[in-house]
Amino acid sequence: MAFLIGGTICLIGQLIMDLTPFSVTPSHALVGFVVGGSILSALGLYQPLINMGGAGATIPLSGFGHALTQGAIEGVKTKGMIGALSGGIEATAVGVGAAIIFGYIITIFTPQG
Amino acid sequence: MVYKNSRLDSTRAQSSQPNQEQEYQKMVNKLKPNPPYLRNALAAFSVGGFICALAQASINLFLQLGLTTHDAGTATVVLMILMGALLTGLGIYDDLGKFAGAGSIIPITGFANVIVASALEWKREGYIFGVAAKMFTIAGPVLVYGIITSALIAIIILFWG
Repeated sequence: MAFLIGGTICLIGQLIMDLTPFSVTPSHALVGFVVGGSILSALGLYQPLINMGGAGATIPLSGFGHALTQGAIEGVKTKGMIGALSGGIEATAVGVGAAIIFGYIITIFTPQG
Repeated sequence: MVYKNSRLDSTRAQSSQPNQEQEYQKMVNKLKPNPPYLRNALAAFSVGGFICALAQASINLFLQLGLTTHDAGTATVVLMILMGALLTGLGIYDDLGKFAGAGSIIPITGFANVIVASALEWKREGYIFGVAAKMFTIAGPVLVYGIITSALIAIIILFWG
């Protein structure tokens, strides 16, 4: 099931990149998926996808948007206004931290090509 | 598209050699290789699906090791990011990207990939302005728009939810 849902989300991304008249670069696709995931999450449409597809819905970048939004909503509920600023980053801190630290270390140890 | 074609056809019908041109166009359409939409779509679907299936297997493994559902998901995200960064450093992820397009970009491994790829590309500019500054060329906008969107949504829910 993770395969089907994850594959379908990537397929949608590929179709957007191929079939739209504007030149959609990977950066546009990534930003679009995070924002799209956030909005779907706020409308309550993303959690059912995760219940169905597990990693198939959390691993694509739209799952990152979902985690941001749910974190921010959670933050607002527990801390009020301050939580809107901290909640999303708290919820995704592990992923962002891992990406920066591993990314940096691997860049340092990769010989220049 | 349809509208444009029909207009072209009608102007051609008024010209002196309508048939020749139409025949020629038909021949061109027949010989022209189709843009590889189907191939791209299949590659994106299968590679994207495979990466997610791999992540699911990792979640299941962590669950068996006794982690909570939440921790198993987090640990898997870390593992996938490490894998994406490592494969980019080894030069394997770029080849995968050429083959799979969105299938390798959209999963979180692709997020790690763009960080390492842009950092590597600018490494010669030094460790501050090169590696550290340029690693966010693509990943930065993702964080900026993601955080702005989520904060806006949370504030909307706080006031009107």
